[in-house]
Amino acid sequence: MLARAAEHMYWLARYMARMDSLARLIEAAQLMAGMSSEAEEWLSALIAAGCDNEYLAKREAVTPQGAAHYLCCATDNPSAIMNCLEKARINARAMRTACTRDMWDAVNEAWLESRAFGAKDFSLTQLPDTLDWVRTVSTRFSGAYQTTMLRNEVYWFTRLGTFIERADNIARILDVKYHLLLPAESSGVGGMLDYYQWTSILRAVSAVRSYQWVYREEVKPWNVAELLILRPEMPRSLRRCYDEIVTCLEEISQIQGGRRGECHRLAGAISSQLNYGRISDIFQTGLHEYLTDLIDRSADLGSQISAFYMR
Amino acid sequence: MRDIFDEMNGTDGEVRAAYAEIATWLAETPPATLRAKREEAERLFRRIGITFAVYTEGGDPERLIPFDIIPRVIDADEWSMLERGLTQRVNALNKFLADVYGAKEIIKAGKIPAELVLNNPAYCPLMENVDVPGGVFTHIAGIDLVRTGANDFYVLEDNCRTPSGVSYMLEDRSVMMRLFPELFARAGVAPISRYPELLLRTLRSVAPPSGANEPNVVVLTPGQYNSAYYEHTFLADEMGVELVEGVDLVVQNKRVFMRTTDGLKPVHVIYRRIDDEFLDPEAFNPDSMLGVPGLMEAYRAGNVALANAVGAGIADDKAVYMYVPEMIRFYLGEEPILNNVPTWDCANEGALAYVLDHLDELVVKETRGSGGYGMLVGPHATKKQRADFARKLRAHPSAYIAQPTLSLSTCPTFVETGAAPRHIDLRPFVLSGANGVKIVPGGLTRVALREGSLVVNSSQGGGTKDTWVLRGPRQSQSQSMNGLSQSQEQT
Repeated sequence: MLARAAEHMYWLARYMARMDSLARLIEAAQLMAGMSSEAEEWLSALIAAGCDNEYLAKREAVTPQGAAHYLCCATDNPSAIMNCLEKARINARAMRTACTRDMWDAVNEAWLESRAFGAKDFSLTQLPDTLDWVRTVSTRFSGAYQTTMLRNEVYWFTRLGTFIERADNIARILDVKYHLLLPAESSGVGGMLDYYQWTSILRAVSAVRSYQWVYREEVKPWNVAELLILRPEMPRSLRRCYDEIVTCLEEISQIQGGRRGECHRLAGAISSQLNYGRISDIFQTGLHEYLTDLIDRSADLGSQISAFYMR
Repeated sequence: MRDIFDEMNGTDGEVRAAYAEIATWLAETPPATLRAKREEAERLFRRIGITFAVYTEGGDPERLIPFDIIPRVIDADEWSMLERGLTQRVNALNKFLADVYGAKEIIKAGKIPAELVLNNPAYCPLMENVDVPGGVFTHIAGIDLVRTGANDFYVLEDNCRTPSGVSYMLEDRSVMMRLFPELFARAGVAPISRYPELLLRTLRSVAPPSGANEPNVVVLTPGQYNSAYYEHTFLADEMGVELVEGVDLVVQNKRVFMRTTDGLKPVHVIYRRIDDEFLDPEAFNPDSMLGVPGLMEAYRAGNVALANAVGAGIADDKAVYMYVPEMIRFYLGEEPILNNVPTWDCANEGALAYVLDHLDELVVKETRGSGGYGMLVGPHATKKQRADFARKLRAHPSAYIAQPTLSLSTCPTFVETGAAPRHIDLRPFVLSGANGVKIVPGGLTRVALREGSLVVNSSQGGGTKDTWVLRGPRQSQSQSMNGLSQSQEQT
């Protein structure tokens, strides 16, 4: 497979996954803003999306409409949802031959539809509908590639992009909100506000129901952390993402007759840490330190993958 | 401009046999249905992403080439004549190319002026005595044909470099089959879907010895901002080969490789959709970012095949065009089956005088122009346009040729007011490999959508139509179809 093709497919999947994460994040912010401090909720959404600094440099204050617009469609925000879609399409178009027709349809039709969007579609009242649309687009894309692609390198690089992006997003959301999960903050017996705060993390990754199914008890901070970091059955947990990343890299290595590099070692190391880690130990060493370390190593993994396969 | 031949109604208004099904269909289908189908067709094209990028004129850069839902029909006898004529012509063109880059017999025999060939900017001295795999230079040729009467077909021009449009031929058919399946059931249309397979076979047949067992074929594109990018992706995808850009290829020890996730992999045949001058910055335009440094060396060493060959453009030069009938006689010892349009070479003084005197009835073209740019259609031009053009002609006579304004045939076309005649041409795609010539029955029909216009180029408001070649004589079809079609009718 062409090195450039691997790169385009990997980024296509990353941008489609990023849209999806952003939509969930914004949805949660809008919902939570009704229950706690509006500005704070939207600010943390901006931080989790990695664009708080640029936003504050360009805009006066964090307002719900301002933040929503910035995260969804601001032309000067390269990682706004609509810009992700645009970039996803550019990557897909650059490698039309690597995309199945269904994948292309999913991206191109969404892009065609998005061209009809106006400011009104991103107003706070219309926002929930528009975010539903974004999630549908992303889900359709995932479904399209899972069901129609040949299980060759092209597929594994696409899938790799999905999970690298997902892992990155989840780690960022956790890192923004980690202080809510710390024992010190929550030692006071779960008041209503704490309860909503913890659920807000679950909401940002659409995991409220999953929490109930897994734990069958009231929302507790260490459970929330465990669910999103260590639980294998949680489709967006860091552990699940890394299990998938290791699988993708292994499959690619198999196809290439066992060729492996630093990226395989790194992914394996992170994955074992997640597979054999305990939440009590993580809290003991410090959740923030743990997450920062993981985010750094993920970034390293990303550059190792591109150095090994895409140059 | 009376007596224009209409593909459906001839000159006498009588529906021609090949169009019987179309005529019935048009009569039976309410215009509202046709209009709805046309809109559906447009949605389908947008969805598939078959767009044509035009960056010069502002507006939406991803435009659709308008598709007309009324097919153009060629009957089996007409096609068999065209097929023989095209095969003959392209064989002669390939022999001509091999000759002018080799022994130059045709020049020595005085059949074509040495200067016209050897001093032509389209002639590539680097290609002299290069042993081209299979002896083929123009593997994919697009021959533009026009029709002026029931039995009068002319070759308007030959495209021997990188003719485009074949994806439209194929996609027009698939959209048409999706929109009107019942029509195909009745009409007996020859299939064209084998084109990609034949193209791949053609390309593999010219692989160099190093790749003889399992030749690695790639399509080389200038990238996603090229106007024909969709076609490049389409063909690579249909053939199941890699679509590469210049940056994906690298030359080492006069061999070509592509960069893969698993290191370098050899490449044997390149179907390149990049013009000669951008292919290799070391051999041609040093500023080209699209090409592959060292490619020409690998090519001249016989380690890679390029389709079409470098330098093939000398065969489709508009002045060399005049000598194609002579090539056919010279190389094949046959009389041309397809006629050339009578052409005046303005480099010739007598011809220039005639052209200047008759500007109001001639079409004048730049010999190096393409895409319908830089031409004058005398009868449709204003006095001032003609006077301006005359000045250019006098200044650079050898840059122009002139031809009579042909009354191109028309075909019913669905426009705002309903079905109305519009002028059309035809570009069949002729494949030449080491084992001979292959043509799928059909081609790209281009239609000038503006009333009365003779310019069919997509960059100038032209559209396309599905092109039907009927499988056999009409009669036997209607017999075999008796009683079958009723239940399938839809209105």
